[in-house]
Amino acid sequence: MKLIIAIIQPDRLESVKQELYKEDVNLITVNEVLGHGRQMGVAEVYRGIKEMGNLLRKIRLEIAVNEDYVEKTIRAIIKGAQTGETGDGKIFVLDLVECVRIRTEERGGVAIG
Amino acid sequence: MKRFLVVLVLFFLFAMPAGVVYAQGESGQGTGQAAAAQAVPAVDTGDTAWLIVATALVMLMTPGLAFFYGGMVGKKNVLGILMQCFTILCLVSVQWVLFGYSLSFGPGKGFWGGFEWLGLKGVGLAPYADYAATIPHQLFMAFQMMFAIITPALIIGAFAERMKFSAFVLFTILWATFVYDPVCHWVWGIGGWLRELGALDFAGGTVVHINAGIAAFMTAIFIGKRKGTNSHSILPHNLPFTILGTALLWFGWFGFNAGSSLGANGIAVNAFVVTNTAAATAGMTWALLDWIFNKKPTMLGMATGAVAGLVAITPAAGFVSAVSSILIGIFVSIFCYFAVAYIKPKFGYDDALDVFGVHCVGGIWGALATGLFASKAVNPAGADGLFFGNPKQFLIQLIATAVTVAYSFVASFIIYKVIDIVIKVRVKEKDEIVGLDLTQHHEKAYTILE
Repeated sequence: MKLIIAIIQPDRLESVKQELYKEDVNLITVNEVLGHGRQMGVAEVYRGIKEMGNLLRKIRLEIAVNEDYVEKTIRAIIKGAQTGETGDGKIFVLDLVECVRIRTEERGGVAIG
Repeated sequence: MKRFLVVLVLFFLFAMPAGVVYAQGESGQGTGQAAAAQAVPAVDTGDTAWLIVATALVMLMTPGLAFFYGGMVGKKNVLGILMQCFTILCLVSVQWVLFGYSLSFGPGKGFWGGFEWLGLKGVGLAPYADYAATIPHQLFMAFQMMFAIITPALIIGAFAERMKFSAFVLFTILWATFVYDPVCHWVWGIGGWLRELGALDFAGGTVVHINAGIAAFMTAIFIGKRKGTNSHSILPHNLPFTILGTALLWFGWFGFNAGSSLGANGIAVNAFVVTNTAAATAGMTWALLDWIFNKKPTMLGMATGAVAGLVAITPAAGFVSAVSSILIGIFVSIFCYFAVAYIKPKFGYDDALDVFGVHCVGGIWGALATGLFASKAVNPAGADGLFFGNPKQFLIQLIATAVTVAYSFVASFIIYKVIDIVIKVRVKEKDEIVGLDLTQHHEKAYTILE
């Protein structure tokens, strides 16, 4: 089991979701977060005082998948989020130790899908 | 906390009986006034109707100011700002009825006006011709009350996000009594020495804006910078609030300036037109300065400019023409922009919401501009300014400005120091980090979880 965390541009969320549905990945968690990588923030000016490079709005996706879905999910996120510009985002893949479905108390791979 | 309550209670205990006892004599006074009323022009319904509305308009400016300021602070301090504005609204309303009005407008040549109107004794429903011949005296009192309320409220922007609430309450009541009331008397009261000198202040450039602006400057210096401002500036948490506040201020300012004609007449209309024109010009000018120096016009800049324009036109509104008001509007934004974007960072005082940069600088420009642009062609009861062949008026305006700046700075400083010795003005560092909403009021403005 893997936990896939992706940071993407807010305006790409809809297309990423569509690509994930095509691959039959339906269970995702979405957060609005702040951050910046190589693409710095946009300068803000308040009454003539400049604030450089502030944090930008991003979307953070969390998707737990079984091994055979990992590559499909990564491809889907790339397809939906890639524009070729700086700031398209990142995908992190982590090992997932356990998964429990609260309703039925099922554990492991069956609980994920 | 206990010490603070004792001081506050003593203050009102001292003031209350004086007000109540004096108010007893009111009915007796009333008959005397009725006899004198024959010499006095009768109440004019048009004037009275307009002034009632104008009074309500000026009242709305203080909650408007609360949103103007509230949007600019961090989200952990927004209730603190709203609370301070509403506290002043409640506190000064009562102070004004008990003794503030008498100290400010009671006839007399002293530091304060007389004590004969304590508790509004003798302030009846017939006009008092020396102030306003066609509206009830009590209406004039209520109109002036709203000015006495908004003036200390302007100051809070300077010490925002770091003053203890108890210290703020004491500061407000003492400042209203020992700074606003005397300065108001000198400029507007019968026997006031600046009034007799011939100083022109149509709606409160010296009394309200310079007075509050310089007191704000003093508090900003002595309370010190907000935590963290050395490494970064604290960003406005809700600019739409600030813009809503600006709109309410602009709207209320029609009452402030056009109401200061004290009648539904031509001068009121002149004040209305120049008020709107100056605000519009100054708003545009500030946006243009932003565009030139920072590549983009900003909403906060335009709103700040509009307020600066309203400040500058205040002393001049009844004496200048629409074209003069355009010049007043252009220059006030240039001066205030310079004060806020260059002078403040250079000297490093933390005037959190730019009360000095906008109200004091704008107010001084307005007071002096009155001495430049005033014209008897606009208002025969006024005077001509420097540009209309009367350099003496400019000098008088300069004196009135200098006196207000000097007195307000020194008196505010003494009040501030006394409070600091008795109960400490600034909140504890930990409280500042947590925010004034939670530490001073046990409330918060926004929730994250349901």
